[in-house]
Formats: sequence, C-alpha cells, structure tokens
Amino acid sequence: MRIITTFFLAIIAIVSGVVVLLGYFLPGVPLFVTLRVAFLNWLMILAAVAVFVGIANLFSVHTQKLKNKKEAAYSVLLLVFLLGTFTLGLFQGPTSPAMDFVFLSIQIPVETSLMALLAVSLLYATIRLLRWRANFMSITFIITALIIFLGTAPLPFLGPVPFFSDWLRPIIAQVPAAAGARGILLGVALGTLMTGLRILFGADRPYGGK
Amino acid sequence: MSNVNSELILYGGLALLIVSAVLILVFALLRKEFPYALREIPTFARMRRAIGLAIEDGSRVHFSIGRGGLNMPWSAAAFVGLATVRRVAELTSVSDRPSVVTSGDGALAVLSQDTLKASYVAAVAPERYDASTGRATGLTPFSYVAGAIPVMHDENISTNVIVGNFGLEVALLADAAERQDNFTMVASDNIPAQAVLFASGSNPLIGEELYAVGAYVQAGAVHNASLRVQDLLRWVFIVAVVVGALLKLVGIL
Repeated sequence: MRIITTFFLAIIAIVSGVVVLLGYFLPGVPLFVTLRVAFLNWLMILAAVAVFVGIANLFSVHTQKLKNKKEAAYSVLLLVFLLGTFTLGLFQGPTSPAMDFVFLSIQIPVETSLMALLAVSLLYATIRLLRWRANFMSITFIITALIIFLGTAPLPFLGPVPFFSDWLRPIIAQVPAAAGARGILLGVALGTLMTGLRILFGADRPYGGK
Repeated sequence: MSNVNSELILYGGLALLIVSAVLILVFALLRKEFPYALREIPTFARMRRAIGLAIEDGSRVHFSIGRGGLNMPWSAAAFVGLATVRRVAELTSVSDRPSVVTSGDGALAVLSQDTLKASYVAAVAPERYDASTGRATGLTPFSYVAGAIPVMHDENISTNVIVGNFGLEVALLADAAERQDNFTMVASDNIPAQAVLFASGSNPLIGEELYAVGAYVQAGAVHNASLRVQDLLRWVFIVAVVVGALLKLVGIL
C-alpha cells in the first residue's frame, strides 16, 4: 500500500512540475498557462496552511519540553507569548495598536539586538579565522574586509577616509567582488536547475517516499 | 528588440533545460561505462567521519535546513538540505538518539518530518520516527536562529549540518555550533551568507558546492549525474562568458 501511495505522490509531483514548466515555456498554450496559475495559487494556500502547521509543531515541541523542568522556563515563556500574541491578533486584528506595540516594542528591538550581536560575533569570527585556516585566502579575506570597512564607515571627526572611500573600495566592490559574485550566482543557478530536474525525475522526493 | 530578447531567453532556457535533462539521463544510465570521480572536498570527508563518530557515541546529528519557502527560487537550497537529511538520517537510524531537523518555514518543517519518516522506513526502523524531531523553530530569520541554538546546546548534538537558504543570521548559528566544539558543516546559496560563513564556520562550502552535497553523501546515481552535468555546463558558461567578453572587446557584439 505504501509503495502505491509513494508512486502516486511521485506521479502527482512530477506531473505538476512539468505542467508548471510548460506554462512558463509555452505561453501561447492557454491550457498550460491556466493550469500553472491555478497550481501556483494552490501552492500559496498550502504554504499558508503549512505556516499554521509549523506553529502547531512549535507549540507541541515546547509543550513536551514542559515535562523537563530544566528546560521548562524558556518553553513557558514561548508558549505564554505565542498564545498571548495569537489571541491578541485573533480578537483585535493584525493591524491593531496592541499588535503594533508587540511588533514595534518587542519583536523589532529583539531582532535588532540580535543583529548587533551578529556584528560582534563576526568580528570575533574574523579573528578566529586565522587560527583555523591561516592561508592565503583567509588573509586576502581579512585584508579585503578591512579595506571595505575603512572605505565604507566614516571615521569620527574625519569623515570618509580619502583613497579608501573614493578609489579603493569602489574598485574592489565593482570589479573583483562583482565578478566573483556573478560567477557564484551562475553556479547557484546551475545548481538550482539540477535540483529542479532531480525532483522532476523523481530522484529527489522531499515529500517522503524514496 | 526587447521582444526578441525575451524570446531568446525563453527558448534559451528551454534548450538548457532539455539538454541538461538529456545529459543527466545519459550520465545516470552510463555511469558504469563512464565512471565519474568526485574531486576531494575535505569538508565532506570530515562530515562522514563526524557522522560515524555520532553513531558510535550515541549522540545526535542536527540538521538546519534554513528558511527557503517552496514557492521561491531559493527553495532549491532547502531541497538539497532535505536530500541530505534523507540520506544521513537513514545512515544514523541505528544511533541511540535520532537526528533532529530545524527549519524556519512551516512547509519545510512538514517536509522534514516526512523525510525523516521516509528515512526510518527505508532503514526498516519506522518505530524510531518521532514527529517532534522535525521542527520549525521560528518563522522570521532571527527567531529561527534563536530557536535553533538551544537545540544545539540541550539535545546532545555532536554534529551539525547547516545546509539551506540562510541570510547573515546564519553566522550566529555557526558561531553557536563552533562554541560547542561540534563538527559543523555550513552552506548557503546566499552570497552574503557565504561570506560570513567563510569567516565563522570551520567547514564552509563555498559557491555551488552546496548543490554537490547529495552526490558526496551518496544519495544516488542521479545526484552524481547531475553534478557531472553541472560541472560540464559551468565550463560551457565560462567559455561563453570569455568569448562574449572578447567579442565585445573587439567590437563585434
């Protein structure tokens, strides 16, 4: 029974993928275009439902964690705020002043402070990099980062650093960095194409099965 | 002119798709006649060793597969993460503690549960599957990372495989993993994230190496064939870019 289910899931996934592709590549065939739009609309609805499933999963994991007293404190906090925010949004609407307060006074400051922490963490990581991989690439990475930093951040009382901000940084950013980034993007595009084809062939089945 | 360009892009894309599909099939079918040796990437060798050690000492492998949704161009990175989970979770199914997968998207969490279940079924140990091991830890970039870090601290993790679509926030995840002295392989399709991972991860995968993970964890013949086609097409692109630049230089284009 499981094999039959797996087989049908694969067939549905492959046919849906091929139809959506044909809808893109054959814009003159109305049937494929209509089906592509319909499938993508269904995907939007399913993705929205999946967000709800994800939240239910988060709720379930942290409810189970309550059994372990050592880990319970954070889970209690998460569950209280999850339920509180959910109730607030349900009864007052997502654009109410109370919800605005939650986002502007809790969510955004917390995420901004994590961003600040990221800056410190990256500084530490750059120092640690030389301990892990003291090679030519690492030294080039650090020197380039320092040049870009000097060329981007103005110094107190002095303003932009001459030579670095008006000559060196633009050259590095617009020539080697842009060229490297485009090379990586081409590689990423090819990788994305291959991943899509593997799913179309049924070799990768992220929906379970093989 | 723009109509001609858009048609060229459309049919060029279609041609690339068909050629790639045919080549994958050919290389997959002729894998015995024309074997393809994968180049040595030290990170993968270290990952295989770390997974072996995790099985031996009964610790967990933690996968973080990012927050690439299903309807975005970057969902491919998430699918690579899922393919890695599928293969490695099957290998580690004999371990005392099951692998755990964290993600930053509801649909990915559902797919990670399904993938874990499929791995245990394939390993003839379906009873070991636990739905709570596939989790969405947060739905915004930083809440996802903030939710995934305690998993590394509290759940006896010895190996972290952080593969998927991440932004700059992944540096916090990589840093937390390194502080635990765990083996950590990190890869993202996002260029700024790759830059920060080069600094903050001890085993980063750069560029399109992310898409080679399936072939290196022996996920199947099609993975090897697709990697071969990817390498081949990359050379075609390189030649095309260089020739295009030269033609432009001499004023033909």
